[in-house]
Amino acid sequence: MTTPSKTAPKTAPKTLDIQAFRLHLPGAVRPVLTGVDLFVDAGETVALVGESGSGKSLTSRSVLGLLPPGAGTEGTVRVNGEDVLTMTPEQLRGLRTGTASMIFQDPRAAINPLRRIGDFLTESLRLNTRTDRAAATARATEMLDAVGLTAKVLRQYPGQLSGGMLQRVMIAAALMGDPALILADEPTTALDVTTQAEVVALLADLRERFGTGLLFVTHDLGLAAAISDRVYVMYAGRIAETGPAEALFGRPLHPYTAALLDSTPRLDAPQGRLAAIEGRPPSLRDEVPGCPFAARCPLATFLCSQQAPALLPVVGEPTRRTACHHSDQLREMSTDATHA
Amino acid sequence: MTATVLHRPGLARIRTARAPLYRICLGFVLLVVLLALLAPWLAPYDPNTVDLGNALAGPSGEHLLGVDASGRDTLSRLMTGARTSLLGPLGVVAFSTLAGVAVGVLAAWRGGWLDSVLSRSTELIFAFPGMLLAILIVAVYGEGLLAPVIALAVAYLPYVSRLTRSLVLAERERPYVEAYQVQGHSGLQICLRHVVPSIAPVILAQSTINFGYALLDLAGLAFLGLGVPALTPDWGRMVFDGQSAIQQGYPLSAVVPCAAIVLTVVAFNVVGERWADQVSRRDR
Repeated sequence: MTTPSKTAPKTAPKTLDIQAFRLHLPGAVRPVLTGVDLFVDAGETVALVGESGSGKSLTSRSVLGLLPPGAGTEGTVRVNGEDVLTMTPEQLRGLRTGTASMIFQDPRAAINPLRRIGDFLTESLRLNTRTDRAAATARATEMLDAVGLTAKVLRQYPGQLSGGMLQRVMIAAALMGDPALILADEPTTALDVTTQAEVVALLADLRERFGTGLLFVTHDLGLAAAISDRVYVMYAGRIAETGPAEALFGRPLHPYTAALLDSTPRLDAPQGRLAAIEGRPPSLRDEVPGCPFAARCPLATFLCSQQAPALLPVVGEPTRRTACHHSDQLREMSTDATHA
Repeated sequence: MTATVLHRPGLARIRTARAPLYRICLGFVLLVVLLALLAPWLAPYDPNTVDLGNALAGPSGEHLLGVDASGRDTLSRLMTGARTSLLGPLGVVAFSTLAGVAVGVLAAWRGGWLDSVLSRSTELIFAFPGMLLAILIVAVYGEGLLAPVIALAVAYLPYVSRLTRSLVLAERERPYVEAYQVQGHSGLQICLRHVVPSIAPVILAQSTINFGYALLDLAGLAFLGLGVPALTPDWGRMVFDGQSAIQQGYPLSAVVPCAAIVLTVVAFNVVGERWADQVSRRDR
């Protein structure tokens, strides 16, 4: 795996660069997203993991300017150096047509059932970039080929395809505008396990072939580990921990990541009940002055409930950052475990 | 999917699989439309030829449905009258559907204050009887089909716009709409190319039902002597012309157009209900 900084010149803006992003919704006491810092380099695959309601989907939607009504934002969300949050509707449409695209969770719901696949794939190009029908169809055929489908699909309706095939169509649609960034919002959740593996392999393959950056939103840790270069773990609207996938999952430095890994079912583990994280994430109606995970954290101290930890670089590992007051303890514990 | 117009009791006969009533009504609708289109060639006599010597004659080989008090052939008038009697409602339905869909889509898609303004102002029209509005406009603008058609179109607009609004509100929540947004489509493009086509069947079914009611209203206006000019054959007008003959014991020239009106309205309603029913049962 090549490091992205070698493939892209240092001066080029990051494909996706989110800085100190805060999102506030009307009716919520605390921001839904707080100080989210996240970047995706050109051609890099980044996973964003977290449980339901942690704000991972909201983050990926914000990248395309799909904000909930009445949302207030702070910070910047830059795609290829341009701030999405200050874009005019016209610029946003340009961004969505070309630079960035999204793969949705349930292809069956996200594709208009009344239109042929060919229409679905080519419509955006034909309407928004003035490509003629023949050229758009040629591009669609090429993209279908890239995702392993034949041109026959162009004439078919969504109802005639299987879920896996439809998700491939969805991926082909995302590639139509030759985007620099693809946001995949739990693209495999609605598929069965074997199809899931196919789609993930396809995404990895396409990433290599087209050099697109991929932000992969998922709650499946195994999947995140398998596909991504780097991982962001999100909890209650904050980034809890980030780092290279292998290091992060091998030696978590945030108690939440550690707890998540512990609660993953394993076939080779000794029999017994699944470990679960006690309690539930803080509600949006509650003010959280300290660390949002403090109430469920085995390492929590008085400090944790008073002061929210900042996302700081880990000593000795510059690529990793964690937001925990007690990451040192975790590190010692994992070092002990390795020695023992 | 729910739409109030779609669920009424006592429709079992329309709903059965083979639906003989529906087929009969569809056939009748087609027959009336065909007769209206071909009236100039099919009508046995000129509908306006007066033959006072033969006034109020009963049905005979020459005049199948008899003649009216002015000696005009009832069958010819009925066939030619079908043209104005169907053209009027067609105008009402076309205008109220187009404008109603536009208002409904705009209100649902934009939401906010625009939704409030549009919804409240169309509800205001509800509060005003359509017939009264038509009489008012005809009184101001005089004879002619255009004035009552526009008045009734305005009166029917809220039915369509309200239905459209509720359908679009449901439709815009479906994930494919967002998927199109993400592909860079503008709201207008999504509305025109995807949302409207997918709700169109329901709207058309409602409009078919509206057609029957509009026909009834226009016939009522014509009966009151409003709308169509005096000499133009029109079913409502024929009932009006025939009412004095009823008092003289010759009801036929009034009863025949009455029957035509009733049968056509019923046929349009049955067909519309059936379509609405099929659409609402369609797996969505």
